[in-house]
Amino acid sequence: MNGSRKTGRGTTNGRQRVRLSKEKMRETAVAWLMIAPAALGLIVFLAVPFFMAFQLSLTDTRLLSPNPPRLVGLDNYRQLLRVNVISMEPLRDAVTGEVQRDEEGRVLYPRARTILRSDDKYEGMSELAQFDLFGRHYLVAAGDPTFWRGLLNNFYFAAVVVPLQTTFALLLAILVNQRIKGVNLFRTFYFMPVVVPMVVVAVVWFFLYNPGVGTINAFLKAISFGRLGPQAWLSDPRLAFPSIMLLSIWQGVGFQMVIFLAGLQEIPGELYEAAEVDGCSRVQRFIFITLPQLRNTTIFVVVATTILAFQLFTQVQVMTGGGPSEATMTTILHAVREGRYQLRAGYASAITVVFFLIVLAVSIVQRAVIREERAIG
Amino acid sequence: MSAQTSIQVQSARGKTPYGRQYRSRKTAMTMLIYTVMTILTCFFVFPIVFMLVSAIKTNETQITSDVGGLRAFVPYPLRFVPPVARLDDAPAEIRNAYTGLGLQNFFDVFRRMPFGRFLWNSIVVTTTTVGLGLLVNSMAAYPLARLRWKGQGIVLAVIVALIIVPFEAVAIPLMLLTTRLPRPGGGIGWHDTYIVQIIPFVADAFSIYLFYQFFIGIPKDLDEAAIMDGASRLRIYWNIIVPNSRPVFATVAILKFLWVWGSYLWPLLVIRLPEYRPLTVAMQEFFGQYPRLWGDTLAFATMTTLPVLVLFLAFQRWFIRGVATTGIKG
Repeated sequence: MNGSRKTGRGTTNGRQRVRLSKEKMRETAVAWLMIAPAALGLIVFLAVPFFMAFQLSLTDTRLLSPNPPRLVGLDNYRQLLRVNVISMEPLRDAVTGEVQRDEEGRVLYPRARTILRSDDKYEGMSELAQFDLFGRHYLVAAGDPTFWRGLLNNFYFAAVVVPLQTTFALLLAILVNQRIKGVNLFRTFYFMPVVVPMVVVAVVWFFLYNPGVGTINAFLKAISFGRLGPQAWLSDPRLAFPSIMLLSIWQGVGFQMVIFLAGLQEIPGELYEAAEVDGCSRVQRFIFITLPQLRNTTIFVVVATTILAFQLFTQVQVMTGGGPSEATMTTILHAVREGRYQLRAGYASAITVVFFLIVLAVSIVQRAVIREERAIG
Repeated sequence: MSAQTSIQVQSARGKTPYGRQYRSRKTAMTMLIYTVMTILTCFFVFPIVFMLVSAIKTNETQITSDVGGLRAFVPYPLRFVPPVARLDDAPAEIRNAYTGLGLQNFFDVFRRMPFGRFLWNSIVVTTTTVGLGLLVNSMAAYPLARLRWKGQGIVLAVIVALIIVPFEAVAIPLMLLTTRLPRPGGGIGWHDTYIVQIIPFVADAFSIYLFYQFFIGIPKDLDEAAIMDGASRLRIYWNIIVPNSRPVFATVAILKFLWVWGSYLWPLLVIRLPEYRPLTVAMQEFFGQYPRLWGDTLAFATMTTLPVLVLFLAFQRWFIRGVATTGIKG
């Protein structure tokens, strides 16, 4: 296309150039006219709110408030991101000065609230976690522990779901890429959950996860010959988030499978033929041809799944509401709670700005990785 | 050298394509593949089957006692009770004793909630957003792909950059913004309307990009011939580009349809009144009502899913092709 443009330019003489430039102006006018509705929409409903998010995050704007918003500088971010690690002294007996222990011999520490109340510099902070390191006990306090729990959960979700779902999707794609009878039918089945709205998925799985007598519990009991007892999937803080991960993979993996399938079908068949002539085994062909050829597809799938992990909202809102004890809290859920229900639009905007920066970082890494390959190739 | 030895080893094992052992091994392999694929099918289909089957079981006790076994996936009548004229009016004992199949749960949904209204809302919002989106975004992609004009490079770069902005990043400010926009028909604020669910999602950077990618691939001589005939740019777009781009229109329509039909976060933020509530939000509301009846809830879920599921089964080739093109980038 570039070529045709150059030759077009090369053959213009004086008179034609005048006509052409007039035509070019007309073309520019037509172009802007055709692009105008979309441009207007993107500016008003994407670009403006995007910049508003940054501006709002520096104010204490409230939804439906009669008071004009005040500029509060970085206060929202300070509350959001503030974390202190406080070393704790064990409780000692007032008389003997001995370390106090509970019945099981564990060292007792003062309550987090007592410590945070004792010093003005911890004002507005509450407990996020406690941990032991090198024989000392620490208290982690944060300005907004819910935000940190949500963010850590998003990372946890990404760390588990991205590798699992990507691998699963690739295996499915290889399976349905075979030339055998009825393969299209299986492809349809595996893709089917993708079209089911997430709210419906959440509701149906909520029933499947029924504590006590439930389909998932019954299945687990059957395959473990009764050894794995019934679990209260969604109300057990350790199991609730993994349960949500499972249904997210169930719903999303078909989408990635199709993308991998498209990638697989783009690989030239000669590569495999050549390898077969050279006597490569199936495994060798997979490692030395399929995987490298799927490089860009894999990067795309990994990045898309990572970003989805940070967008996690519907499942947790419907199934657990972020509970039990914030075990399934997520960044977006927290932002919606603050913005919609607490009406703190300014603070919620600060949360979404942080969310956007994470997504941006992921995208930049993707571009860098892909560019690197182009430079080599 | 090593390659040759490996071939020899293989033929010694009888793996040559003409050996009998090879064939039987191949059959075994095929059987294994089918077994694996069938198990996987069960994994992907069981929640959907559970939903559909439970929705037509009219007895709540039957549903809750079936969930612990394979019966959860089988629609079966336990015994036949003389049909009661109207089951809702019958005493609870009769209703519970009646174990059968039917559409009672669906009727109950309509009785308990204005389901028709929610369905209508979802249909209006989805079709309008998809329809307007196809027009606006393909029209924007045309000059980007097929004309030469000032500012083209920058506009294209901005649109590509906008793709990475996820909706969640702008949802809260957008909610605030829409509460301040003038309401058509007087007043301020777009909350509780159709337009708040439609207008912000018509223009879409990713749709433009998909159209753009397709349009640059259409042979140039098509529109050059039309220019010779004195056709205007708009006419070329409408008469040549649009009819030659059915696959990309299908792709964009399908992706947008799935997204709008299932959208939940946005209506949750801006729709409070039931008049404009879409199915997804209504579904969650229904789910949250006590006593939580499995049959009714799953009937609601079925009715929310069926329109998409039927469309998918009818146009599955397009669905899968549409998704496949989203991955081919750069």
